[in-house]
Amino acid sequence: MSWLLLIEQVLNGLQLGVMLFVMAAGLTLVFGVMGLINLAHGSLYMIGAFAAAAVAGATGSFLLALIAALGAAAAAGALVEIIVIRRLYGRDHLDQVLATFALILIFSEGVRWAFGSFPLFLDIPSYLSGPVSLPGGILYPAYRLAIIGIGLAVALGLWALISHTRLGVQIRAGEADREMIAALGVDISKLYTVVFALGAALAGLAGALVGAIQSVQVGMGEPVLILAFVVIVIGGIGSIKGAFVGALLVGLTDTLGGFLLPQLFALFMEPSAAGAVGSALASMAIYLLMAVVLIVRPAGLYGEPA
Amino acid sequence: MSRAAVVNAAIALSILAVPLYALAADEPFLITLATRAAILALAGVGLNIALGQGGLVSLGHAAFFGIGGYAMGIVAFHAQSFTPLMIGPLEFQGSKSMPLIWLVAILSSGAAALVIGALSLRTSGVYFIMITLAFGQMLFYFAISWPAYGGEDGLSIYVRNGFPGLNTLDPIQFFGICFALLGAALWISARLAASPFGLALAAARQSVARAQAVGLNVPRIQLAAFTISGMITGLAGALFADLNRFVSPTMLSWQMSGEIMVFVILGGTARLFGPVAGAALYVLLEHLLGGISEFWQIYLGGLLLAVVLFARGGLVGLLAGGAR
Amino acid sequence: MTPVLETRALCKTFGALEASRDVSLSVRPGEIHALIGPNGAGKSTLISQICGTQPPDSGTVHLMGQDVTHLSAAARARAGLARTFQISALAPELSVLQNAVLGALGASGGSFRMAARVMGDAALLVEADEALDRVGLTAQRDTRVSDLSHAQRRLLEVAVALTLRPKVFLMDEPMAGLGADGSRALTALLADLRNEAPILLVEHDMDAVFVLADRISVLVYGRIITTGSPRDIRADAAVREAYLGEETP
Repeated sequence: MSWLLLIEQVLNGLQLGVMLFVMAAGLTLVFGVMGLINLAHGSLYMIGAFAAAAVAGATGSFLLALIAALGAAAAAGALVEIIVIRRLYGRDHLDQVLATFALILIFSEGVRWAFGSFPLFLDIPSYLSGPVSLPGGILYPAYRLAIIGIGLAVALGLWALISHTRLGVQIRAGEADREMIAALGVDISKLYTVVFALGAALAGLAGALVGAIQSVQVGMGEPVLILAFVVIVIGGIGSIKGAFVGALLVGLTDTLGGFLLPQLFALFMEPSAAGAVGSALASMAIYLLMAVVLIVRPAGLYGEPA
Repeated sequence: MSRAAVVNAAIALSILAVPLYALAADEPFLITLATRAAILALAGVGLNIALGQGGLVSLGHAAFFGIGGYAMGIVAFHAQSFTPLMIGPLEFQGSKSMPLIWLVAILSSGAAALVIGALSLRTSGVYFIMITLAFGQMLFYFAISWPAYGGEDGLSIYVRNGFPGLNTLDPIQFFGICFALLGAALWISARLAASPFGLALAAARQSVARAQAVGLNVPRIQLAAFTISGMITGLAGALFADLNRFVSPTMLSWQMSGEIMVFVILGGTARLFGPVAGAALYVLLEHLLGGISEFWQIYLGGLLLAVVLFARGGLVGLLAGGAR
Repeated sequence: MTPVLETRALCKTFGALEASRDVSLSVRPGEIHALIGPNGAGKSTLISQICGTQPPDSGTVHLMGQDVTHLSAAARARAGLARTFQISALAPELSVLQNAVLGALGASGGSFRMAARVMGDAALLVEADEALDRVGLTAQRDTRVSDLSHAQRRLLEVAVALTLRPKVFLMDEPMAGLGADGSRALTALLADLRNEAPILLVEHDMDAVFVLADRISVLVYGRIITTGSPRDIRADAAVREAYLGEETP
C-alpha cells in the first residue's frame, strides 16, 4: 500500500466530508430552529446543480454558475417555505415527512420535465482543472482542493454568523426556546423563511460544486440527503458542531473504507473474493459507524439526551 | 353495520370485482394490476402495524420488502440453477415452492426487523425516522455491491414459483393467492389491535409516560410490533418478486419506503383498510395518470400534499367520516 | 416497621442548580405523607427520581425495603409504585374503560398476549369497572378520554392507579385545577384510599393537605427543612417564614 495513495484518499474523504457538512448544516439548522424534518433538502441540492449547469452552459462562467446555484436554491427554498413548509411547523413528524416526500416527487418530475432525463455536465473551470502538487510530491486535483477550501470557509462563515451577528443571536434563541424569540420582538415567520432559504442556498451550493465532479441529474439529491441524515444522527440533531464532526467522520469512513477494506480482506482471501466482500462491507461502513454511535450515545455525539 | 364497516367491505369487494370482471372480459392486464394492488396493500398493512398502531414512523420498510423479495429470488435461483445454497458449513437446496419461500421471507425479514428495530428504538421521533431510512439505504447499497445475486442488475426467475394444487401461472389463481394472504394479514392486524398487546401498543403510542406508569415495557412492546410489521411487509416483498419474476435493489430503495408509507397515508393511518384503499388508489393513479403524462408523479405529489395538508384522515377518513 | 417507600440522601444537580439536596423521606404503612413546598423547590425533580424517569446523582430509592434506584419507571410500577401525573397523562384516543383496563393489564403482566380479546377479558374488566366505580366514573366508562372534563381526567388518573393494586401511591398534585367541590370529593376519596396503600401526596392545596396528611415534609430549595405532624408544621417558625408566610399573610 502506498502512502501517497492513502493521503490522496484522506483528501478525498475530507472533500466528501466538507460537502456533506454543507448539506447537513442546512438540515440541522432547520431542525434546530423550526423543529422540521425536511426530506426535500436533496431537491434543493439538485436545483442548485441544474441552475449551475444551465448558467454555465449559457455564459461559460463557473463563478456565475455558482451564484446562480445559490440564488436559485435560496429562491426555491424561500418559495417552498412560504407556500408549504410553514404549514408544517406545528404538525407531527409524519406529516412533515409525507409533505416533503410529496415535494421531492414534484421537484424531481418538474426538473425532469424541464431538462429531460439525460444527465447534464458541468465543466470544471480551466483555472482549476489541473492538478496541484502538494508537499511530499503528491499531485491532487486543484478543483477538489478548492471544494475542501470552500467547505471549510462555509463552516467558518456559519460559525461567525451564528456567534457574531444579530441573525445568529435570533437563531440561537430559536434553538433554545421558540417562545423566547417572540419575546425578543423578532418577526418569527420572516426569521424562519430566512433560515430555510439559508439552508437551501447551502444545499444548492453543494449541488453545484459536486455537480462538476459527478453528473447533474434528477435523483442526485436523495443519496446525499440520506448521507446527511447519517451525519446528523451521528453528530446530534440541531448541533452545527456535531454536523461538522459527523460529516468528516462519515466522509473519511466512506472513502477510506472503500479503499482499505478490500486490501484488508486481500490479506487472507483470494483477490476477487476480497474485492467483493471488501466493497460490500465498505458500502455498509458508515451505517455501521452510525449503529455504533447510537449504541454508545443514542442522542449523537453532541446532541442533548432526550 | 357501521359506516366504516360498509366502506371497508366496499374497498375489499372492489379489489375483488376488478379481476373478476377482467376474467370475464378477458383482460389479463387488469388482473395483474389488481394483483399488484393487493400485494402493495399487503406491504402497507405490514407497515401500518408499526406506523398506525405503534406510531413508529419507519421510513425504511423497503428493507423488509426487499429482503422478502431477495428471499424469493435467492431460494428460487438455487432451485433453477441446481446449485446448493451454502451458509457456512450448512448446505440448503433451493426451492420453487411458495409456502417454503414465504416462510424464508417472513423469517429473514423478521430477523432483520428485530435487529434494525432494536437499534433504531434506542431513539425516538425524528432520529427514528432518519435511522430507519439509513438502515434501509445500507441494505440497498449492500445489494448493489454484492455480486453473487446480480448486484445492481438484479436477479431474474424464469418461471413463477408453484403452490400445491394451484396453477400460479394463471393470473387469476395467483391473484387469488395474493388476495387471500391480504385477507389473512388484515385479519391478523385486526386481531392484534383488539388484543391485550394491541391495547398496550396503542397506549405506548398515545402516551409513553402512561404506558410506563402502568408497568409496560414500552421498548419491548414496540420492538415486537416492529418485527411483526417487518414480517408482513417481507411476505409482500416475496409475492411482489414472484409477480414480476424479478428482484433488484430497487425494491430496497428509499423511494420504495416512501411509497409504502404513501399507501398507508393516502388511505388513512390506523384505519384497518387504509393501506388497501391507498394501494388501490396508487395503482389506479399510476395506471390512469401514467397513461396521460410521463410525469404523472407530479400529480401524485400534489395529491399527497393536499391529503397531508387538508385531509388528514386519508381516503377512508373522508369516506367513513368521524374519528378513527 | 419498614417504610413502604423510602428515599435515602437523594442528590441531583443541574449545572449550578441543586434541585435535590440530601433528600431523605419515608412513607410508612397506612399513612398519607404530604410533601409541600413553594414553586421551584424541586418537587418535580424529586418525583422523577422516585418514579424512575430521572436518575439521581447520588442516593437511593427503596420500595418495600428493596433498592430500586436502578430500575426503570415501568419496573418500579410493576414492583408496586403507582403514580398519578400533575398534568394528566392518559391515552387520549382510548375510552375511559380502556384506560382502566390498561392499568389492570399492566398489573397482570399479560401485555404480550396477542390472540386474546382484551375487552373480552372478564378478569381485567372486573378490575377496571371496580376502580371506575370507586372514583365515580361508571357513567363515563365508554367516553373517549379526549372528551372528558379536566376534573374527570383527574379522577381517571386515580382510577388507573387503583387498578395497579399498588403497594404505595405517589400522587402529583391530584387537586390541581379542581374546583372546591371537586377537591372536597377527591379529598374524601384519598382519605379512604389510605386503607389500601399509603400515599405520598405532593399537593399545593393546603386545606386538603392539612385535612389528609398524617405527616408533612416541607421542601425548600431542594432540601427537606422539616418533617412533622400537621400541628408541628403549622407551628414551625421556619416553615412559616419559608413557605406558609407567603400564602397566609
